[in-house]
Amino acid sequence: MSLLDIRDLHVTYRVGGGGLPAVRGVDLTVHEGQTVGLAGESGCGKSTMAGAVLRLLPAGTTITGEVRLAGDDVLTMSWGKLRAVRWSAASIVFQGAMHALNPVRRIGTQIAEPILLHDAKATPKTALRRAGELLERVGVPAWRAQSYPHELSGGQRQRAMIAMALACSPKLIIADEPTTALDVMVQAQVLALLAEVVEEQRVGLLLISHDLSVLSASCDRIAVMYAGRVVEEGPGHELFTAPRHPYARALAAAFPVIGDPVSRRAPKGLPGDPPDPRELPPGCPFHPRCPDVVADCREVDVRLSAPDNGRRAACVHTGGVR
Amino acid sequence: MKTARSIAWARRRVALGAFWQGYRRDREGLFGLVVLVVFATVAIAAPLLADAEGLSLTKATGPRLAPPSLAYPFGTDEDGRSVLTEVIWGSRISLLVGLAATVISMVIGTLVGIGSGHFRGFGGGLLGRLTEWFLVIPYLPLAIVLATVFPPDVPRIIAVIIVIGVTSWSGTARLIRAQTLSIEERPYLERARALGGGHWHQMSRHILPNVMPLVLANTTLTVSIAILAETTLSFLGLGDPLRMSWGKILDNAYSGDVITSGAWWWALFPGLAVVLVVRAFNMCGRAIERVLDPRLRELA
Repeated sequence: MSLLDIRDLHVTYRVGGGGLPAVRGVDLTVHEGQTVGLAGESGCGKSTMAGAVLRLLPAGTTITGEVRLAGDDVLTMSWGKLRAVRWSAASIVFQGAMHALNPVRRIGTQIAEPILLHDAKATPKTALRRAGELLERVGVPAWRAQSYPHELSGGQRQRAMIAMALACSPKLIIADEPTTALDVMVQAQVLALLAEVVEEQRVGLLLISHDLSVLSASCDRIAVMYAGRVVEEGPGHELFTAPRHPYARALAAAFPVIGDPVSRRAPKGLPGDPPDPRELPPGCPFHPRCPDVVADCREVDVRLSAPDNGRRAACVHTGGVR
Repeated sequence: MKTARSIAWARRRVALGAFWQGYRRDREGLFGLVVLVVFATVAIAAPLLADAEGLSLTKATGPRLAPPSLAYPFGTDEDGRSVLTEVIWGSRISLLVGLAATVISMVIGTLVGIGSGHFRGFGGGLLGRLTEWFLVIPYLPLAIVLATVFPPDVPRIIAVIIVIGVTSWSGTARLIRAQTLSIEERPYLERARALGGGHWHQMSRHILPNVMPLVLANTTLTVSIAILAETTLSFLGLGDPLRMSWGKILDNAYSGDVITSGAWWWALFPGLAVVLVVRAFNMCGRAIERVLDPRLRELA
């Protein structure tokens, strides 16, 4: 059984009087010991997906489809069951650890929070001791449990967030842009730590990032999202080196190849902005920015093709389903 | 070996020391603190400083309406009681009522403020409207009405404390609500929800520690309002008739025709005591704010 199984997920935010469709029919599966990457620009629905898994989206948001965490449907769960499932079945490493930590409380007490909430046998003392062990586990000295968030470096704070995510030994960890705002060295260390956790504890990891190079280095599978849909899915390395969908190609090309003068002199970007989810263009939502646009693209709403060697893409050029 | 507890206490000592270092450099705050310490000492040591017999109408020994002299430094009232004795014993009631009412006011204000900021929808809206309702109601008439309708079998002093407490929380609630709304948007509250924390967990572990400095700074200001309110209610004859407070002395002086008899000392000294204590609490409150708020510290 898979850890996380998302089927035909639609999420519509309520904005003003109308609806804003942020996710429009996404399927995604994460297995034990597997790292799945979710890539895309800001506003494509990546973080909404993370929120939907633990039902953290604002009140008034319409969510349809199925989100199964270890077999249980999160979307129909009772409130009490949901609270019990949060963090013990799946935890989140938030982006921007500085802001996800309460500035006026010590690191140790904050890591102890989920332990005290979910383990009825835990006492403040044992929870604090466990928090110290978790900090050691992620490479932060245990005495740092006594520190306040501002006394830690950016890398240590992100490690503390990972320690907090591990506190209740969840089977699934969702990392929402865990390395944004960290310098490259620290970024590599944090990713290595996450990979180690996946390796040793056989957890499933859903890694969300806008940076395809980060994902390709650490993910077994990657899904690229655009305008609330997955437009390409495939094995991590392959998707980065030989993308099929023009959007995935543009994302991959945005990362310069070190030592290649061509990419240095002429960095490739993608003109334009993602479409307004309330006014999606007809046909393929990517067609106004697509370099390979043909007449069909303006009329046909292409869906993901049938798997071909584990790869799927939603483009008329690569056999996307109409 | 250093245990976690001893380290924590050492840190607290250091933090308190740093606070004191900042506070002692604040001349206004130091003055306010000295005044408060003097009044608190007087209130606690009242039985040593003045005989309680001096408050009794029948056992009063002094001449009627005698001006300040060596024997009666603050003069005497219509019944020959020493005004100094009355002021000393009155400080007990005035300070006690002021502090107790403040505790009630701060607890209600903090709870309502956090609740109205945290809960969206009907509950939060209700608490928010309740706060606004208490804000716009003229304070004095409400307090007078409440004090009048309070059950007579409740000791009068308790009634006054409760009346002041339940009428003076709305300003605090509005302040705490605003701060809560801003904290609600911080990512660590989303994190607290994500890790399965309920409303109580979010409010007690994350919002309360963040609004606490605001509550503390507001407390000293509320104390002065509460003392003034006690004086006002006693002056209007709604206080405890059996216990001497500063407002009660002023009420006696007023009904004893202090103006026409020219016995200025009867009203001046209790009035000065009220002004000094209220001002001292304000000075301390503002000094605490200056020391705790780094933005104000930069300006100093």
